[in-house]
Amino acid sequence: MKLKKSFKTQPDSKGYFGDYGGRYVPETLIKALDELTLAYETIRRDPGFKKELQSYLRDYAGRPTALYEARNLTSLFNRARIFLKREDLCHTGAHKINSTLAQGLLARRLGKKRMVAETGAGQHGVATATAARVFGLQCVVYMGALDVERQALNVYKMKLLGAEVVPVHSGSKTLKDATNEAIRDWVTNVETTHYLIGSVVGPHPYPKMVRDFQSVIGRETRSQIQARIGRLPDYLIACVGGGSNAMGFFHPFAADRSVKMIGVEASGEGVNTRHHAASMTKGTPGILHGMKSYLLQNADGQVQLAHSISAGLDYPSVGPEHSYFKDAGRVVYHTADDKDALWGFQTLTQVEGIMPALEPAHALGFLKHFMPKTRKTENVVLCLSGRGDKDIHTVQTVLGDAKKEGCR
Amino acid sequence: MNRLQKVSADAASAGRKIFCAFTTVGYPDLVKTEKLVLGFARDGVDIVELGFPFSDPLADEPTIQYSSEQALAGGVRLKDAFDLARKLRKKRCEVPLVFFTYFNPIFRYGTKKFLSQARSSGFDAVLVPDLPPEQEGDFRREAKAQGLAQIFLIAPTTSPARMRMIARESEGFIYYVSLRGVTGARQAVPSDIRRHLAEIKKTADKPVLVGFGVSKPDQARELSRWSDGVIVGSAIIDRIRKADGRIEPASEFIREMVLAVKGETGGR
Repeated sequence: MKLKKSFKTQPDSKGYFGDYGGRYVPETLIKALDELTLAYETIRRDPGFKKELQSYLRDYAGRPTALYEARNLTSLFNRARIFLKREDLCHTGAHKINSTLAQGLLARRLGKKRMVAETGAGQHGVATATAARVFGLQCVVYMGALDVERQALNVYKMKLLGAEVVPVHSGSKTLKDATNEAIRDWVTNVETTHYLIGSVVGPHPYPKMVRDFQSVIGRETRSQIQARIGRLPDYLIACVGGGSNAMGFFHPFAADRSVKMIGVEASGEGVNTRHHAASMTKGTPGILHGMKSYLLQNADGQVQLAHSISAGLDYPSVGPEHSYFKDAGRVVYHTADDKDALWGFQTLTQVEGIMPALEPAHALGFLKHFMPKTRKTENVVLCLSGRGDKDIHTVQTVLGDAKKEGCR
Repeated sequence: MNRLQKVSADAASAGRKIFCAFTTVGYPDLVKTEKLVLGFARDGVDIVELGFPFSDPLADEPTIQYSSEQALAGGVRLKDAFDLARKLRKKRCEVPLVFFTYFNPIFRYGTKKFLSQARSSGFDAVLVPDLPPEQEGDFRREAKAQGLAQIFLIAPTTSPARMRMIARESEGFIYYVSLRGVTGARQAVPSDIRRHLAEIKKTADKPVLVGFGVSKPDQARELSRWSDGVIVGSAIIDRIRKADGRIEPASEFIREMVLAVKGETGGR
C-alpha cells in the first residue's frame, strides 16, 4: 500500500493526511494560519527554541515522565506485561502541558499578547492558563456551559490562574461549541491573538504542530521501553477523543511495523445508542472546525452530539491523522463505554494506587477485553494521559455510595 | 447572460449600486422565507443570498447562529432550499439567488448532486464561507461545469497577492468582509476600508460588494460610495427576531436600506 511509506512524512504542504485535514476556514483566518505555519516551520528547526522548550519541559512540566511497569495490573490478567507512560505526572496533571508550553513560547515569539483556547474537561484550559502565566500572556478560555458545571474544579483553577473562562451556551454546550466560539474569537482578534488548540484537530498546521509537540511522549517511551526490555513493545494503547495524547504517543512508532497500535474511543452508553463519541467507529468523513476527518453527523451533514462520561472525549470528530491511520490500517480503533471507563478507573486505583483521569480510564477499561488475547511474552504500553482528581466528583456521582455498592 | 451578470451589467450602465440581502432558509419558517424573498425582489434587492443552516456555523455571530438553530429545530433540509428556489422561479421571481452554506452539508449530500440540484432548482451561485479557493478543486470544477458562479471572500487580512488571486477566481461578484471577525450588525464603518476597497477595485473586473456588519442606512450609503454595493444579513434576521417572527419590520428596513444604497426602491 502506497500509504505506508509516507507515515512519517505526512501531512502534505496543504495539510492533508491522505484525504483528511486541510484548511476549511473563513478567509479572515488564512493569513494567521499561513503566518503560524511559517513560524512553526522556522522554530522547529531553531536550536534556540528547541533548547528553551526542552528546559521548560524538564524543569517546569517535569519531563521526562516515568515509564512504570504495572506489575499488579499485569498479575490481574496474567498475560502480557503492562507498562504505563505516566503523563499523569506532568505539571497540571495531564499531557496537555506539553503542547501549551510549546505554543505559549511560539505565541510569544509571534508577538501575540493574548491566547484563546477551548476546553472540554478543563485540562487543556488549565494547561493553557498555566502557560499564559509563565509567558506573561492574557488568556481567555471558552468552555461549554455543561462542561463548566461538570468540571467546576478546573474552572476555579483557571480563574485562580488569571484566565477568563467564558461559558458557551450555544449548540450542545460542550467542547464542539466551545471550539466554534474560540474560533470566532480568533477570527475577530486574529492580529493580537494566538489560538491555542488543545488537540491534533483544526485547520493546518494545528494537527501537525500539536502532534509534533506531543511526540515527546512517544520519543521518551521509545527509549524508556527499549532500555527496559531491550526491544520495541508489541502494543501501544491510548484513548482517543481529539487524539493528541494518542498521536503524540503513536507517531514516533509509526514506521515500526512490529508495533501494533490501538486507539480507544469513548462509546458512552454504547455504540448502538445515540449517546457515544465514537467518531471513527460510527462516523463518516465530514468537515468540522476547519478539517476533514471522521465525524458524527446525520444524513443532512448536521453534526451530532457526542456523549461520554469523560468531558475530554466528548467530541464528535477526531484529528485528521487518526482518520488517515484508520483508513491505512496503521492504527486499529476500538471502543470502551462509560462502564468500561469506570471499571478502568476503579481497577487502577485499587490495584496500583493510581487514580487515572476518565479519559485514559477508557484505555484501561479496554484492557479487560483485550488482555486475555495477549501472550505472556508480549509487552503492552498504555498512555496514562492524565490523573483523575478532576473526575472524582463525576465518579462519586455515578458510583453513588461506593460502600453500599460493595466496592472491595 | 446569466442573472448575476445581468445585475452587474444593469448596475454599471445605470451607474448605480447593488444591494444584496441575506436571509436564513426556514427562519422563522419556510413560508415566511418565501414571502420575504418575494418582498426583497419587489423592493429592489438585486441579489438574494439564501443561507442554509449548519449546526456549527463558525463564521457567523449569535444572530445568524440563532436563526440557524431555529431553522434546524424546525426541521429544514437541503431539499427545502431547492424547493424554495423552484417556487420562487415558478412565481417569476428572477432575482439572482446565491446558495450560502458551510461545506459539510454539501459534502455529505454529495458535491456533484448538490451542485446539479442547486442549478436545476434555480440558484445562480454558491458561496461556501469555509471553502477558500485552494480547497476542494473538484467542487470548483463541478460548479463551473454546472454553470454556477462561485463567490469568494476577501478579508482585511488577505495579502495583496492572494487578493489578486481571489479577485480573479471569484465569479459574479467579490464579497469583501468589511470587518475582521464574524458577521454581525455593528455600528461604525472601519477607517481602513477605503484603502482596501480601492486596492481590490484596481484589479477586479467584477463588482465588489461589502458585507459583514452592515446595519444602518447611513453606513450602507457610506460603504457603497467606496464599493459597488453592500450585503445585509444579520440586521435583517435581527429585525425578524425582535418582531417575534413577523417579517414586516424586516421588509420595512430593507426598503430604507435599498433607498439609501440605490437612491430608489424597486416599485416597478
